[in-house]
Amino acid sequence: MHLLISFFSFMALSIAFASESQVNRYSVKQVAEGIFYHQGNHEEANAENLGAIANVGFIIGEKCIAVIDSGGSFYEGELLRKSIRQHSDLPICYVINTHVHPDHVLGNAAFTIDKPEFVGHEKLPAAMASRQQHFARQFSEILGDAYKGTKFIEAGTLVQVDSPIKLELGNRPLVLTAYTTAHTDHDLTVYDVNSSTLWTGDLLFVERIPALDGSINGWIDALETLGERDVEMVVPGHGPAFDGKQSKGWQDLLHYLTTVRKEVRDIINDMGTIEEAIASVGTQEADKWKLFEEYHRRNVTAAYVELEWE
Amino acid sequence: MSHSLITQATTAEEDLWSGLKQTYFGDREIRENAEDILSLEAPTRAEDAAIVPISVKSVQPQTAERYIKNIHIIIDKNPMPYSANFHLSPTLGDIDIATRVRVDQYTDMRAIAEMNDGSLHMVSKFVKASGGCSAPAGKDMEAAMARLGKMQIRMREANIGETTQAQVVVSHPNNSGLQFDQKTRGYIPPHYVKEIVIDFADENLITLEAGISISEDPSIRFSFTPQKHGVLKAMVNDSKEMTYSSDKQI
Ligand SMILES: [Zn+2]
Repeated sequence: MHLLISFFSFMALSIAFASESQVNRYSVKQVAEGIFYHQGNHEEANAENLGAIANVGFIIGEKCIAVIDSGGSFYEGELLRKSIRQHSDLPICYVINTHVHPDHVLGNAAFTIDKPEFVGHEKLPAAMASRQQHFARQFSEILGDAYKGTKFIEAGTLVQVDSPIKLELGNRPLVLTAYTTAHTDHDLTVYDVNSSTLWTGDLLFVERIPALDGSINGWIDALETLGERDVEMVVPGHGPAFDGKQSKGWQDLLHYLTTVRKEVRDIINDMGTIEEAIASVGTQEADKWKLFEEYHRRNVTAAYVELEWE
Repeated sequence: MSHSLITQATTAEEDLWSGLKQTYFGDREIRENAEDILSLEAPTRAEDAAIVPISVKSVQPQTAERYIKNIHIIIDKNPMPYSANFHLSPTLGDIDIATRVRVDQYTDMRAIAEMNDGSLHMVSKFVKASGGCSAPAGKDMEAAMARLGKMQIRMREANIGETTQAQVVVSHPNNSGLQFDQKTRGYIPPHYVKEIVIDFADENLITLEAGISISEDPSIRFSFTPQKHGVLKAMVNDSKEMTYSSDKQI
């Protein structure tokens, strides 16, 4: 019995330590004046990393602050909020969700205390409604304590495809653009006019293998225009922010997607099966991407069922 | 301590299955580990929870005297576990059928062969649902609705007397009726494919009775051996009594 008690108290202690080291490790980097982001780990979400696997951050204007993606857990949302408070006491007026994936939205509830407007793509509410039950069950298990407090909060301000909106933070306008189906069917980008910084959400993955949850054709089209934009800085959904004059990040992703598309099309045209596609397509890309094993076959699967209707 | 936990977990899975077995098969006996009759292939890890390719194959030759009459697919932990019932013709020859299903969470998946003598033989596989952002929801409902009812019969040039592979796929959102619509504050009414009938030369080869675990754009891939020229025909009925069909001359 004594043994048992000390075993449990040891467990409790080690959990506390893990969280504390996470708190100390949680830091944001400045991209441009007044823009900060926390770079997510290239890992799958787990209790240890608190689901902090995507890039999340904030932009500070003269009147208020916009959060762009709130974190992969309620706990990450709280850490992000603490980081914001180390830089500014201004009110948080917007929480922008670039899309519904858990690593980008599970921190939303940590900001309800600030009573911000939640902003997303016009199709974000539908996507959230159809997935939240599944995400809740999966991520409460994966994240454990870090999940506690999570709520799925419906965006009140919606951005329509083909009509970007402007949010004003006080001498700091942000332009939000909604896209047709690409990474998902509800991708949103944020452009900070003052610093000419483009926040891409998961329309751009750098270093980490992309996850296709929308349309491979749509994503390739979106990348071809987005990559051509003349901007000073780019903050991708995953991987380091980079100078807008560099094109490698865009090109690597485009190369991956066009390779997968071409090879899947070849198999479909040859009457090959989905299993054959999963086994052979794009395997030469393995060394170029983190977490290739975890997502590549899924991408091929998604591409196959889309492209068999061409 | 850990030992008793494992035992408990196993019991919970077994309890779930014994309940399902009672529901779907009553008191009928089901022989387990029937790898001598059929095989079930499914990825150990469901890469995309919305599209999990699975296949079933017969192990013994099908004969007029002894053949697999039905294959039932059960996915224990899905919202509606009974996922498919394939009615099979003895003229199919060796059975090699593939389809795509949704997998909600870590689950046992079962294929149960019902022989023409009525006996039941089961094989099963444990499938892990993928972590990350994979969800059994569709990716682009609008695109799915736009091509609703489009069908394809995909196959290479067939030679008479030679076994060939064909795929029937119908574009259909296969809505489960379990998805909440934020705008109307109600559940999106179920709209799913209930039946796919595949005939060759006016004889039935396969009839699939389908449940909502079948993926969006339901697909059946199968082998058969055309013994003469004829029309391969696929007919689809959905839960709104809409029908779609497609055919191909062989
Ligand atoms: Zn994403």
